[in-house]
Amino acid sequence: MQRRMLIQGLGFVALSLAALVVVIPILFVVGTIVVRGSGAISWEFLTAMPSHGMKEGGIFPAIVGTLILTVGTALAAIPVGVGGAIYLAEYARDSAFTRAIRLAIINLAGIPSVVYGLFGLGLFVLFLHFGTSIIAGSLTLAIMTLPIIISTAEEALRAVPTEFRTVSASLGGTRWQGIRHIVLPQALPGIITGVILGLLRAAGETAPILFTVSAFFLPRLPQSPFDQTMALPYHLYVISTQVPGMPLQTQYGVALVLLALVLSLNVVATIIRSYFRRRRQW
Amino acid sequence: MVLKLGDSAAARRRWFEFGIEAIIRVLGFSTVGFVLLIFLFLLREGGAVFFEVQPANLLGTRWYPTFDLFGILPLVLGSLLVTVTAIAIALPLGLATAIFVREVAPPWAREILKPLVEVLAGIPSVVLGFFGMTLVAPLVREALNLPTGLTAFTGALVLAYMALPTLISVAEDALDAIPKSYRDAGLALGATHWQIIWRVIVPAARSGIVVAVMLGMGRAIGETMAVMMVTGNAARMPLALDAWFRPMRTMTATIAAEMGEVAQGGTHFHALFGIGVILFVMTFLINLAAAAPIFKKRRRGGLR
Repeated sequence: MQRRMLIQGLGFVALSLAALVVVIPILFVVGTIVVRGSGAISWEFLTAMPSHGMKEGGIFPAIVGTLILTVGTALAAIPVGVGGAIYLAEYARDSAFTRAIRLAIINLAGIPSVVYGLFGLGLFVLFLHFGTSIIAGSLTLAIMTLPIIISTAEEALRAVPTEFRTVSASLGGTRWQGIRHIVLPQALPGIITGVILGLLRAAGETAPILFTVSAFFLPRLPQSPFDQTMALPYHLYVISTQVPGMPLQTQYGVALVLLALVLSLNVVATIIRSYFRRRRQW
Repeated sequence: MVLKLGDSAAARRRWFEFGIEAIIRVLGFSTVGFVLLIFLFLLREGGAVFFEVQPANLLGTRWYPTFDLFGILPLVLGSLLVTVTAIAIALPLGLATAIFVREVAPPWAREILKPLVEVLAGIPSVVLGFFGMTLVAPLVREALNLPTGLTAFTGALVLAYMALPTLISVAEDALDAIPKSYRDAGLALGATHWQIIWRVIVPAARSGIVVAVMLGMGRAIGETMAVMMVTGNAARMPLALDAWFRPMRTMTATIAAEMGEVAQGGTHFHALFGIGVILFVMTFLINLAAAAPIFKKRRRGGLR
């Protein structure tokens, strides 16, 4: 008896050590980037154009570029993603077709980001002659975020009790009226959470925009959707690997801005989720 | 809804309903279309390489595009070496963490652990690559006394942490799905909590854990930026034991590093898309295998 409990105690200690080994590097990564990067952050760094071969000045065009790309991704991905989720949650029956859709979603989620980049280059940049442009990059990122948006939105729609739909139908509402006025508003917080999670993934990705949007160095703001643009993740890649003699603090500064952008979106998603979960009346 | 003939408002509504349903149906099927479209366009640009380059060259051991040598073997093996090593590191850590969270951790520890793992999942791969390059690589170099810290092992280390969030959350779901009666039966037999975990719960969750490993592998093999920045990018065959501690090149990194400098429509261009086709097929198969048990469960339990 004694021995069994001793083994159990040792085992639990081992498990908690493993959890620590997982957690401590996470804290270390975030902590290091915050500490080393915060020195680089200034009003000028955030709002000025880069100068002197990007070694001085700011990263304004990269920040704006990432924001524009994210908005473009949202415009393309939200209608398709939410529509797809509505189909799966409200219309689809368990048929071979539906299973094919589910398999497609799982596969889209698993395709390597650099392969999305190849696809965007092949379809949008070359075949459709968009050139390396914001629109080519946004569409590429949108297809990449679809599986995240669809699966979270579908889950949110399915969480709405069936009675809501039954009551709507009993009042003479059509199926779409029930979805539009009853189910969608109830599922909205969950859908928004999913959309944010998808978009923050898109905002942080580098490989899909390598050959579809990115400008190495472009000290001006984009003028049209067919313009190239700088973007934060690609900028970090460029200054940390392609530009010799780049001040380390600037590199950490860019990493910090990117990390802060992505993690703050993450926090917003979490807050929306928990706030509405508490307020929900069913 | 009762519909009178000639009732124009109702007719209009019916058409509207029909239109909306058609649009939603199309959006629902669009994902299948996208998968096909991706495969089609990869083949369109990459298919040519399988005709332009001799099979013996393509399956060769040397990747030197400037000398028309397109041997993909070192790249495929490089990807496999880094991926398998990463999973070998991540699986014990991830499984132990999932068990800790599900079975052992007090609520406060769970409240800290889960958001932190979510933070890890949210860190962009280029940031982790940057971190790996500036801090982990020098550490590896000094600890192991190597000429450079940019090695396959460093890449695997960074990849392991990138695969962890997927591994942990899928393994957690698998542990969660074990019926409570299994645990009760163990308790009734006088087993300790530890014995129940290892002899009952983990074996019962085996298929779910396999899924976690597959999905983690799919994530790791497709990872691009971090791997490219950390592994040192030398396309060589990883045959000797010291392969872990030398620079290494993966398939994804090759595409990302070389696509920018390549002439569009040339053999090298087609070869990079050809690697894309291989990656697509590999991840497709991995995800198919991972999804198989999910579909089986669906069929048994019914979709809704």
